[in-house]
Amino acid sequence: MQAFLRDAAQFLPLLLQGLKFTILVTLGSLALSTALGLVWALMRVSGIGWLAFVAKTVVNILRGIPILVQLFYIYFVFPEFGLALSALQASIIGLGIAYSAYQSENFRAGIEAVDHGQIEAAQSIGMGWGMMMRRVILPQAVKIVLPPYGNIMIMMLKDSSQASTITVAELTLQGSLLASSTFKNMTVYTLVALLYLSMSLPLIAVVGWLERRFGKGAKR
Amino acid sequence: MIELSGVTKSFGTHQVLKGITGSVQRGEVVCLIGPSGSGKSTILRCINGLEAYDGGSILIDGARVDRADRSIVGIRTAMAMVFQRFNLFPHRTALENVVEGPIHVKKEPPAQALERGRDLLARVGLADKFGAYPAQLSGGQMQRVAIARALAMQPKAILFDEPTSALDPELVGEVLGVMKSLAEEGMTMLVVTHEMGFAREVADRVLFLDGGVIVEEGAAREVLSAPRNPRTQDFLRRVLKPI
Repeated sequence: MQAFLRDAAQFLPLLLQGLKFTILVTLGSLALSTALGLVWALMRVSGIGWLAFVAKTVVNILRGIPILVQLFYIYFVFPEFGLALSALQASIIGLGIAYSAYQSENFRAGIEAVDHGQIEAAQSIGMGWGMMMRRVILPQAVKIVLPPYGNIMIMMLKDSSQASTITVAELTLQGSLLASSTFKNMTVYTLVALLYLSMSLPLIAVVGWLERRFGKGAKR
Repeated sequence: MIELSGVTKSFGTHQVLKGITGSVQRGEVVCLIGPSGSGKSTILRCINGLEAYDGGSILIDGARVDRADRSIVGIRTAMAMVFQRFNLFPHRTALENVVEGPIHVKKEPPAQALERGRDLLARVGLADKFGAYPAQLSGGQMQRVAIARALAMQPKAILFDEPTSALDPELVGEVLGVMKSLAEEGMTMLVVTHEMGFAREVADRVLFLDGGVIVEEGAAREVLSAPRNPRTQDFLRRVLKPI
């Protein structure tokens, strides 16, 4: 145990550097996937045939390709078209785009769960589509969408480790570099796992709170 | 003010409206009665542009109702609608529900809209409920907020789609009372209802609809007391004496 603590004190600064990138990748791709996912979802429910078709096609393609392959594609193939991105940029964009498909399905489910009478009420007072979405549908959809959104956040936190495959020195990559140079596998990977848990457990608690606050059975 | 001529409408292969012709004059209260599935609600929804119609024409003060045209926004704000299930915005208070259209659609100055909103809520007997959310209100109170919301648009007419059908029996009276006072003030109203007492007392005219056609129409007392058409007779007998 004492050896573990001694090693831990030594490794922790390096791992915390990796943690910084983990958080960076998670937050960046969360923001991108939320914005893009909302765009796909709004296109899907726009009632305009070709827009809905484009969104559906994009979402299905993104869902149908492993995230890892999408990351490789952006990092290794895009430069051949003259679009060279840093590893960090590529991982944020790759994860953001890949996850936008799941975000979009979640948002669409939330939008479609809003009572149809709300659409009629909004239309009957003369609201156009955009104002109806902004002032009537989305505020109600948010409450429906929040709990699953929290779950997506947790998944993204963990999937940010895939950025390690394109050389982003985030927590997992820092850990494996450290492990292979010191051979202290147990200490290193225990620390890595604990660091992930230290972020995901609070997130899980937040999701649970959101579900109690807004989910089914919650009061208003 | 509202003129329908030869309006037809199908859902898939089922023709709901088979050539509806009729009109509502300014200041008139017209009740649409008839068995469920006869197309009463569909007529209201077509007038408001919530539903498209297939043939014929609907004119509001001479302007054609066309869902695909920009003019539909003006028509919708002029033809306010009160729904069977209230359809209040659950994330907004009673007062916010009432001023939503005036402030955000009609771009009225908020202070003015709020003042009128408070007056309207007071008028429907809810002066103490400005800040209440729909979930904190009874059905009758919610429907009265919905009526205030319709009035806040300063409409030319109000379309009521079975406004008391979703209410507990003891709450029906408070909503009908508000509607009656509106009628007395000269509001143009087209009301789909099963409340024959209300129709008899408040309506100027009654249209009896069955199977997508207007079977009988006339002054409320005549149609309700001495219906000529056998289908009207049969319907009224069943509504007035269910057992």
